[in-house]
Amino acid sequence: MATIPLQHAKHDTEWRQPSRGMVAMASLITAESAIFTIFVVAYLYYIGRDIAGPTPKQVLEVPWFYSACLLSSSGFIIRAEHAIEHGRMAAFRIWWLVTILLGLTFLYGTASEWYKLIVHDHLTISTNLFGTTYYSLVGLHASHVVVGLLMMLIVLSFALTRHLRAEHAYRVKVLALYWHFVDAVWVVVFTVVYAVGRQ
Amino acid sequence: MDAQGMPAAHGIEAGLDRTPASVAKGTYLEAVHSWIVTVDHKKLGILYIAYGLVFLLVAGVEALLIRIQLAVPHNTFISPFTFNRLFTMHGTTMIFLVGMPIVFGFGNYLVPLMIGARDMAFPRLNAFSFWISAFAGILLYYSFIGGNGLAGTGTAPDVAWFAYAPLTEKAFSPGHTIDYWAVALLASGIGSIGTAINILATVFCMRCRGMTLMRIPLLPWLYATVAFLVLMAVSPLTACQAMLLIDRYLGGHFFDTQAGGSAILWAHFFWIFGHPEVYVLVLPAFAFANEIIPVFSRKAIFGYAAMVAASVGIGFISLSVWAHHMFTIGMTSFGNAFFTLSTMLVSIPTGIKTFNWLATIWGGKIRFATPMLFSIAFLFQWVIAGLTGILLSISAWNWQLHNSYFVVAHFHYVLVGAIVFMIFAALYYWYPKITGRMLDESLGKWHFWLMVIGFHMTFDVMHFPGLLGMPRQIYTYEPDRGWNTLNAIISVGGAIQAIAVLVLVYNMVHSYFRGVVAGPDPWDAWTLEWATSSPPPAYNFAIEPEVASRRPLWDLKHPEDPDSAFE
Repeated sequence: MATIPLQHAKHDTEWRQPSRGMVAMASLITAESAIFTIFVVAYLYYIGRDIAGPTPKQVLEVPWFYSACLLSSSGFIIRAEHAIEHGRMAAFRIWWLVTILLGLTFLYGTASEWYKLIVHDHLTISTNLFGTTYYSLVGLHASHVVVGLLMMLIVLSFALTRHLRAEHAYRVKVLALYWHFVDAVWVVVFTVVYAVGRQ
Repeated sequence: MDAQGMPAAHGIEAGLDRTPASVAKGTYLEAVHSWIVTVDHKKLGILYIAYGLVFLLVAGVEALLIRIQLAVPHNTFISPFTFNRLFTMHGTTMIFLVGMPIVFGFGNYLVPLMIGARDMAFPRLNAFSFWISAFAGILLYYSFIGGNGLAGTGTAPDVAWFAYAPLTEKAFSPGHTIDYWAVALLASGIGSIGTAINILATVFCMRCRGMTLMRIPLLPWLYATVAFLVLMAVSPLTACQAMLLIDRYLGGHFFDTQAGGSAILWAHFFWIFGHPEVYVLVLPAFAFANEIIPVFSRKAIFGYAAMVAASVGIGFISLSVWAHHMFTIGMTSFGNAFFTLSTMLVSIPTGIKTFNWLATIWGGKIRFATPMLFSIAFLFQWVIAGLTGILLSISAWNWQLHNSYFVVAHFHYVLVGAIVFMIFAALYYWYPKITGRMLDESLGKWHFWLMVIGFHMTFDVMHFPGLLGMPRQIYTYEPDRGWNTLNAIISVGGAIQAIAVLVLVYNMVHSYFRGVVAGPDPWDAWTLEWATSSPPPAYNFAIEPEVASRRPLWDLKHPEDPDSAFE
């Protein structure tokens, strides 16, 4: 081979770099945060500027239960992360399934809220500024929940067919980081839409 | 093979990875197929650059048509409607289909090589990013055929590259041209974000042994900053294209002024993207200068740490200056003062960089090869562009000159005088690495001098019609305004620049077949990409290199006086 390494000292020293999965997921989360920021700013800017109803105060109800489902799922996914790190695959499958079920429950909550708004309150995305900004922001978040659930279902299918093992813990943690982000965004969306927006 | 068992390095020869690139010759179809399915960062880099250069010619032709129309008053060469389409497509193309692809192309090609990696962190994401960007370019230009504009015939977007609302709403742009524009920018934005994620993961996670953060060459450092800016700036653009599409297709009211929507919000959202975008394009130009100026001054870069700090500083400051594009839109005096001051703040880190380049050249043994010529012109032009930028950041001055040709002259001074000049410098500098052959030096000097003359004829002179009150985006003007001679000179300068670019194109084609064989390290440079053969093999480095300083090849060539002894 016509090659010599440029330097060959210090082979004994350890050479550590951040993991690329985590750096990439952190970068993706940065980009996604910027996207959410724009939609949140638009929502805040248009509060109370409508020239026609319905207003948030008239039609929105605070989704306490479904929010609790989503936020608590972050705790369960941490249990799942711990389980797979220590090779407890049975526990992992249970906690992972619980996380998915809580996510699905949250999604059902969003769907039923939209059903009520569209059918009973006649609020669609084209009704007024509130409708446009509300469906965009909550819809953007819901679409992220859907993506997260799809990814987690893929992992679940690998886990149930015993293809997922303890050595994949790192990949699971990268995916979990995304799920934590989806939950954290809900804190912001919840505050903006249901706390500030209903004043 | 045990590396320790090899004979001691004899100068540069022993350390170079001379493994030749694979020379498997297949059929024509196999060659095309290999380019389409490739995930190799070098091939994707070349695809990006080629794609950008093709659109450079397209958008250059659009610029020439604009200049022919404006060369004399009351010209009827093209209609006002065509004129609107031309300046919209010229701006959009130059930013999204020329600047970004060429910048990302060089980043793709160089970042893994310079940090001693075999590929980007995510090769398949890399290929996806390129192809979706390529799709965006084709989609945007398909609007010429399928646009279905106002008159019911094929047209192109005609709302200027910043596409201010509510002109883009269904009520005012009923055809499909805005949809092509919005979807193309959405797609290209997804590609850019993918590449940015890839570059960040590559720079921080794929470095070879010994390359600590403070030993990364400045180019990967600046590309990491650029990638961060893309995440922070292109994502808002993607978000507001989504809003525009919601308005146009789902009947939303984000920018629908008749339902209470705000046109100013679009302006803010667009410039939150638009200003950092300038730095997304100019920081790579700085990155090229950081590599080229030291090599041709035969000195290590002056103030490495200050350069890193200044670049990252520019990255952060540039996120808080966007509304200086909007002084005339009517902000509070607090807003005006804030954005005036934050804009002026940018001049501090850029000043640090300029003085560091000068200090690098100072006392050096300067070689005036074509890359260095372009870099020196860049230094002068960048300073002038910065000075008119400081003028425009003063909100009171800005009120007088907003949307005048002074502004057009200022931003072309940045985009052409700094960015395009440094892209040319980078082409001359790295073409030997990419193709294995040198670009012709005498043609290069013709290209350089024609470009300098044409550039200054066009863009120096362009400041004056602006000061005399000529607004941008007008398709013609009255003969008695005193702008006639100036506009004629500007148009001639544009033609000279076009000739200069044709010289480059001829040089690139000619040298590809007939150029002097470059060898692995034609410029006697110091960073790792020159440690491979030209062009490098698909795997870059047969054995992962290990570095002990910022200039590994200097250490290799000068074992008696290595940089590593001083770190």
